[in-house]
This record gives sequence, structure tokens and C-alpha cells, in this order.
Amino acid sequence: MVIDAAVDLGALTARVRRHIVRMVYTAKSGHIGGSMSSAEILAVLYGRIMKHDPANPAWEDRDRFIMSKGHATPVQYATLAEFGYFPTSELDTFRQKGTRLQGHSVLGKPGGVENSAGSLGMGLSFGLGIRLGMRLRGQDNHVYVLMGDGEQQEGQVWEAAMAAAHHEVDRLVAIVDRNRVQNDDFVENTMRPQPIDEKYRAFGWEVRSGLDGHDLAQVEEGLAWARDVRGKPAVVIFETIKGKGVSFMEDNPAFHGAPPSDEQFAQAMQELGA
Amino acid sequence: MTTASQSQTTNQSQAPAATREALGPALVRLQNAGHDIVVVDADLGKSTTSRAFKDAFPERFFTFGIAEQNMISAAGGLATLGYTVFATTFAVFAEHAFDQLRMSIAQPRLNVKIVASHGGVSTGEDGASAQSIEDIALFASLPTFSVVVPADVVEAEAAIESAVHTHGPWYIRTGRPKIPVVYSDGPRFQLGKADKLREGTDVTLVACGLMVDRSLRAAEALDRIGISARVLNMATIRPLDVDALEAAARETGAIVVAEEHLSHTGLGGMAAQALATRHPVPMEFVGVPDRYGESGTWSEVLEIMGLTSEGVYEAARRAVSRKA
Repeated sequence: MVIDAAVDLGALTARVRRHIVRMVYTAKSGHIGGSMSSAEILAVLYGRIMKHDPANPAWEDRDRFIMSKGHATPVQYATLAEFGYFPTSELDTFRQKGTRLQGHSVLGKPGGVENSAGSLGMGLSFGLGIRLGMRLRGQDNHVYVLMGDGEQQEGQVWEAAMAAAHHEVDRLVAIVDRNRVQNDDFVENTMRPQPIDEKYRAFGWEVRSGLDGHDLAQVEEGLAWARDVRGKPAVVIFETIKGKGVSFMEDNPAFHGAPPSDEQFAQAMQELGA
Repeated sequence: MTTASQSQTTNQSQAPAATREALGPALVRLQNAGHDIVVVDADLGKSTTSRAFKDAFPERFFTFGIAEQNMISAAGGLATLGYTVFATTFAVFAEHAFDQLRMSIAQPRLNVKIVASHGGVSTGEDGASAQSIEDIALFASLPTFSVVVPADVVEAEAAIESAVHTHGPWYIRTGRPKIPVVYSDGPRFQLGKADKLREGTDVTLVACGLMVDRSLRAAEALDRIGISARVLNMATIRPLDVDALEAAARETGAIVVAEEHLSHTGLGGMAAQALATRHPVPMEFVGVPDRYGESGTWSEVLEIMGLTSEGVYEAARRAVSRKA
């Protein structure tokens, strides 16, 4: 199935952002910033682009979403819950003893999580393997891999980029959430990956860049374009804002991996319309 | 007694062969038998012999170039579709992708078999960089992995077949040099089970890989001086056959562990830990000392490291002398 096109993704992403902040606040740990920057990307993937069935996460004919930036589990879990993979009430267990919702993605926990991640740079390779296997089976499903822009510093990303182009793998879509902030500092101050688009082009990929990753229409346009590329792998680079939606978190490296205080939580939830 | 450099077999009917030679033919045979195998390779298919699979099933063989990290993570992705994935390279280059092994295969417990050739120091002339003396430690440190070091080409093929029939991540270490065939009457491999190759009452020689044949010859020499040595082929390092170790300790009272790997992080260390809780007895270890290797013929390097039948023989005498 493809999710009902009538789903209001604007309202959904607003709820997802509130889930993200509440999960990290409740757990007293977790990654808000890079979750907030990916909210629209995941919403459009699950709401408009991917073939998937929340009632049957193991459906053989599904498209795959690979979370390579595996620290951004708050947005992944919140989106899966909003689309009905599991009850939103379970989000309260995030990072706590006995939970299925570990701090970083674990394959199969819950159903709908397609890979284990947390060490950066591996998702594109994992997705490449899935797509190669699908092609061998004659399956025309897609694999979507979400990475960060800081993650482009990992050498393995470029091993995978080279191999995907060499094997002429299509229906493999890389998505870069370019929020320009990593753990310690801004990406540009840490290890400059730019120009990301020219690098992928040089590796033999079809590339779209410069799209606003918080504009649902632009996100859908970019992902639909990438879905339809044939003969080559495709990458879409979305310009995003780390911590998007909460004024004091936006563009602030301090909210890569730190929880909000009580006061910050109250203000954040107010800004997010709770 | 015979020395390592004169390592001709005394009782084998088959010509010496390298354990790596088992891989290609086994994969082709198993795929022809109806399994759903794919192979990923990092530019060493000729050396590991996996190339034979490419010739037979080109669409099922994926080259990744000299990029082991990508290959290992992609192997995990392939396995999610239900394939039995074989990833082949040299043992030292499998070490290169340790975190990928951990995240993309071990943690999600995916059905990927790493068959790495050129294990141990018997790679020889290529020197220290090509000699894996840490691989068993690394793979045995990964929960969910089975770790196997076959004693000869016959057992290597049996281990590969067993891996195809057993879901989950495996590491199988094969070797470059042509070594004597221990199982000329056919394989007896069972994952997690030691194979008693020789009965004995005074000491047990526990070995894996090419040290199995050398331990058998040490046992013959020990017999000539009145020491009765049991020989256990401990081809499976993980899950370790602790029951066989305990029985050996109880029944023979002394243990020697012989392997082509650092002792303290290899079979030796693991066997000692197991026996410490079950039935401690005097133990001696024949393994790579705490150092890296050097160039030389494969048998010369083994001699430099003390990995000879004489080394096992002397260790057994020490172990026996320490018995109360």
C-alpha cells in the first residue's frame, strides 16, 4: 500500500516534532537537532513516496528506508508511530530499560526499522546491498538512505558511492540532510564536505540540490524526482536547519545530542504549539 | 622427530592441499544443489578461490573493489533479502572492516559467512602486514558469530557446507600453504564439537588449523617417550566445546593448546578461561608470541614463531611435568 495521500503532512510533522522533544526530554538524553531537521523528509517518504504497509512491516514488496544517521532515532520512531507501525504511547519508553526503542536504530526493533546504525557511514553500503539483492530477484522496489552532511566525512560513504555507480544501481536513492551542524561544531569548521553535489556527480550519480528540506512540496518534488531516475543511483541534498522548529535549538551545535532543561522543554513545547 | 620444515605427512593418502582451495568448488556445488548463495569480493577472488563461483554464477558474484568496509556492510544488506551471503577476502583485510562486521552483520545477526584466506603467519613471504594473528580474537569478540578454523581442506569444505545450513554470521579462516590432509577418510566437522583424533591418558593436545597435523605428529613422538597424548581438533573456536575440554582436563590432567594465532587472545585464552571455571589443570600454550611476524617461507615463519610439532612436544612435556 501507499499511505493515503490525504494525510496532512504539515500537521503530522508538527506532532512528530513534539514527540521528538518530549522523547529526549523524558529520556534525559538523545538527539533532537538532527531529528528535527529530518522531519519533513521522513514524513514525505512514508506519506507520499514509499510503498510500505505499517500492518505488515516484513511485506516482501515494500520499499526500504535505511536510517544511516542512526542517532536520529527520535524522528524515525515518531514517524513510524504516527504512520501506525506501533502506538505513539510507546514513544515514552525511548532509551529506557526494557524498551524496543534504543538510542540508536536496531534492525527489526520495532518492525519498520530496516537496519542497525549508530556508527556513521554504513547505511549507503547496506542499502546498496539490499538494492543489489532486489535487482537479482527481479524486484523493482526502491531503497532510500538518509545520511547527514557531517556523515559525508566518512570514507565508506564514498566507497559505496563509487560501487553504486559502477554497478549502475538505480532505485537506490541517497538523501542528504544538510543541516550544517555536527557534534562539536558547524560542519564547515570541522571537515568541509562541500561541494557535496559535485562530488556525487563526479562519482557518477544523478544529483538534485538546493531544495528546502522543510518545504513539503520541495521535499516531495526532490524525492519523486530521485525515485524516477533510471540507470544510475540518485541523490537529493536538502538544505535544512538543525533543531528546526524551536528558536533556541535552531543552528545550535549544543542541541546535537543534549536534552533540554525543564524550562527549555516548556518553551520548546510552547513554540511547537503543544 | 620430524621438524616443521620437513613437514611431509606420515599417514595421509591425499596430497597436501591449502584449506583455501575448498571455497570455490564448495560454493559452486552448494549453489548447484539449490541453495540461494551470493558472493561479495574485494579483488581477491583468485587468491581466496571464490572466483570459481563467479565463473559459474556471474550474476550472483558482486565485486566491490578494494573497499572492504563497503563490501561488509553491503553483505549485511544482501542478507536481509534471505540470501546466504559469502564475503571473501584475506584475513587481515577482514580485520580492516571490524566496525562494519559489528554493526552491519553481528548486531543484526545476519546470515553472512566471512571466509577469509591467508589466515595466520603461514602467509609467509608477504611479511607482518599480511599475517593475521588477531583475526580469531576479533571475530570471537563478536557476540552472534561462529568462528571456525578448519584443520585441512576436507574439513574446510565441510565447514562451508555446514555454514550454509546454519543461519547466522560465521567466520571461517582458511590458509595459503598446502598442508597435510588429516581427514583423508572424510570430514567429521560439527559446529561446536571437538573431534577426538587420538586417544590418550597423560595430556591432551588441543589444536586448530594447521597445528592439528603438527599436534598429531607431536603425539606420535610423545608416545615414543612413554607419554600418552590425546589430540582434540578444536576447529570450532566459538561456540567452544567446553564439555570436551573439561573431559580432557579430568581424564588426562594436563592441556596444551596449539594455534596459529596470539595465544592470550585466541583459542588458548578462551580454553583457559573455560577450564578455570570447570576444572583447572596445568596448561601450556603454543601460539604466536606477543609480536608481529616477518618474511620467510611459510614453514620458516612457523618455526620462528615456535609453531612446530617440536614446539607442541616440548609444551606437552612441560605440562606433564607440572602435574601434581
